[in-house]
Amino acid sequence: MRKKQKIVLIRIIAAIVMMAVLHFLPVTGWKKLALFMIPYLTAGYDILFEALMGIKNLQPFDENFLMAAATVGAIALGEYVEGAAVMILYQIGELFQSIAVGRSRKSIADLMDLRPDYANLLLEDGQTSQVDPDQVPVGSVIVVLPGEKVPIDGVIIEGDSSLDTVALTGESVPVTVRVDDTIASGSVNLSGVLKVRTTCAFGESTAAKILDLVENASSKKSHSENFISKFARYYTPVVCISALVLAVLPPLARLASGISPNWGDWIYRALTFLVISCPCAFVISIPLTFFAGLGGASKNGILVKGSNYMERLSKANVVAFDKTGTVTYGVFKVIGVHHSYMNENLLLEVAAHAEAYSTHPISKSIAEAYGQPVDKTRVSEVHEIAGKGVTAMVDDSEVLIGSEKLLEDHGVRSIPCTHVGTIVHVAVDGLYAGHILISDIVKEGAKDAVSSLKEAGVSHTVLLTGDRDVVAKAVAEELGIDEYRASLLPQDKVTVIEDLLSKQKKGQVLAFVGDGINDAPVISRADIGFAMGGLGSNAAIEAADVVLMDDDPAKIAKALRISKKVMRIVWQNIIFAIGVKLVCLILGALGIANMWLAIFADVGVMVLAVLNAIRALHVKNI
Amino acid sequence: MKKTYKIYVDCANCANKMETAAKNTAGVADAVVNFMTQKMTVDFEEGADDAAVMKAVLKNCKKVERDCEIEL
Repeated sequence: MRKKQKIVLIRIIAAIVMMAVLHFLPVTGWKKLALFMIPYLTAGYDILFEALMGIKNLQPFDENFLMAAATVGAIALGEYVEGAAVMILYQIGELFQSIAVGRSRKSIADLMDLRPDYANLLLEDGQTSQVDPDQVPVGSVIVVLPGEKVPIDGVIIEGDSSLDTVALTGESVPVTVRVDDTIASGSVNLSGVLKVRTTCAFGESTAAKILDLVENASSKKSHSENFISKFARYYTPVVCISALVLAVLPPLARLASGISPNWGDWIYRALTFLVISCPCAFVISIPLTFFAGLGGASKNGILVKGSNYMERLSKANVVAFDKTGTVTYGVFKVIGVHHSYMNENLLLEVAAHAEAYSTHPISKSIAEAYGQPVDKTRVSEVHEIAGKGVTAMVDDSEVLIGSEKLLEDHGVRSIPCTHVGTIVHVAVDGLYAGHILISDIVKEGAKDAVSSLKEAGVSHTVLLTGDRDVVAKAVAEELGIDEYRASLLPQDKVTVIEDLLSKQKKGQVLAFVGDGINDAPVISRADIGFAMGGLGSNAAIEAADVVLMDDDPAKIAKALRISKKVMRIVWQNIIFAIGVKLVCLILGALGIANMWLAIFADVGVMVLAVLNAIRALHVKNI
Repeated sequence: MKKTYKIYVDCANCANKMETAAKNTAGVADAVVNFMTQKMTVDFEEGADDAAVMKAVLKNCKKVERDCEIEL
């Protein structure tokens, strides 16, 4: 609690104690008034002062004025207890609001605790000096000790360690890093000492970009926020004018029709109106809900660039995916060895050696599948035949590795493969030795991601790819994606998105998920653009409306569920707060609700709306 | 030209009022007040002297909410 809040708390407690004492004192008349003024002023002197200043500045319709008018009015009508109590309750509500909002602001800020305090710059004499991260030139060497945050993006030049990237990706499993690995600022070094050559200035590094993005996120206001601030602008004046009408018209009407005007009763009803006229409950709770939702999503490695995108995302009904890198890993992997007379590992060993000098991605994937170091001394007489493959001597056997055509050229018949992917045939000493099936593999969890999108209300899914028709069809079928468009050039993807957009009804939202590097135009054309694998890719962070820090496809559905939860809370608060206030206004006008009920409606609604808003922060398990 | 300023305001409705006050200041094309992050982003009109405009913004904000502060 801040000092200001503590003082208010003390004033509230003092005022309550005095009220309790006064309750048992048998005083009446002006003595009672004078005594009740003590707790009243203790609790509300600043409100009264602010109200006077508001009138002086010609800004009469503020909360201070309303509370002052209501309580002074009540006291003038002889309702001393009510006047003082309403003031005390109002202060309790304000205090609660300021504590709750301050707390949640702090806890959300803590989530994004990425900002490094210093960097250990390595000097020429081998010493390190602690400097501001802003002061580190690009290309200089910094030392990151265990337990420290990586201050600036860079490449490791010495040491290995494991990094905690939870603040960036929401993923709690540490990542192992070694020399030549690129590391992102904002992650925490867990074990070893690292020497890192920086690749950018602090302002351009991942941590700084993310912080910037999160801090500016809530300045893009959603429709609901704009609606509420407009509503608040009219609500207070309308209620105040109604109060005035209520105080004057009915008594005059009664006077005209010859009955007693009953001024006191109607003025009291009007004062009840003033107490309910404070718009705080919705003005505070709606932005707080969005803020908490954005914070909760960031904690899970989902950066949403603004409340407006959060709102739009919740209405997504069509999701289009890019294939490579989004639902597949985008790297080639050996997924099978068929029709081989020899042991699978032996075939891979032979193939990996024959391809030892090749730099083609296919040969890399074979070497990876073999999984052991390749001994280049076992290989000789390597001939690479462009577009066909390689012939080589491995351990004194003649090995042919490549396309069907290559084997045919050497008089070896190969067995065709029925699977989808790239096929590499192998022959050893003129004998067919089988083929290796290499394919881009579908990401773990991609299937679940598609089905959970469906559960979250997405009616149609589309796969876009530059790949061949058979591959697109196979992937779409495997993942349960409704529609696929294959053999697309990058510019075709934009056309397809426009085609899909033209089929949308008003208010429906199309989301596109891409890897952020090649898909920037498509990402910006869709209603909501997702970029995956934002960690370390500035292009992705710039282009997209939603950035997924790692490349887990499950996060797409999670982002959707978070946005739905946030919007649900927003609407609950709008309907609840406005509803309760309207009911109280009607009851107040009919003379059923008194000022006690009014202040409980005002403070109570605000407390409940704020507590409900904070729920948006807890999105770990949705 | 856009600039972001740190502000101090402790009620949400007051933040809304500050936003309106800032928007209605001469030289300001648009202004957004973010109560949660306690920041005001001001988009200045072409050729406006931001320092002078911000003084006027502060003055106008003080009128609607005496208890606010803008770090200039």
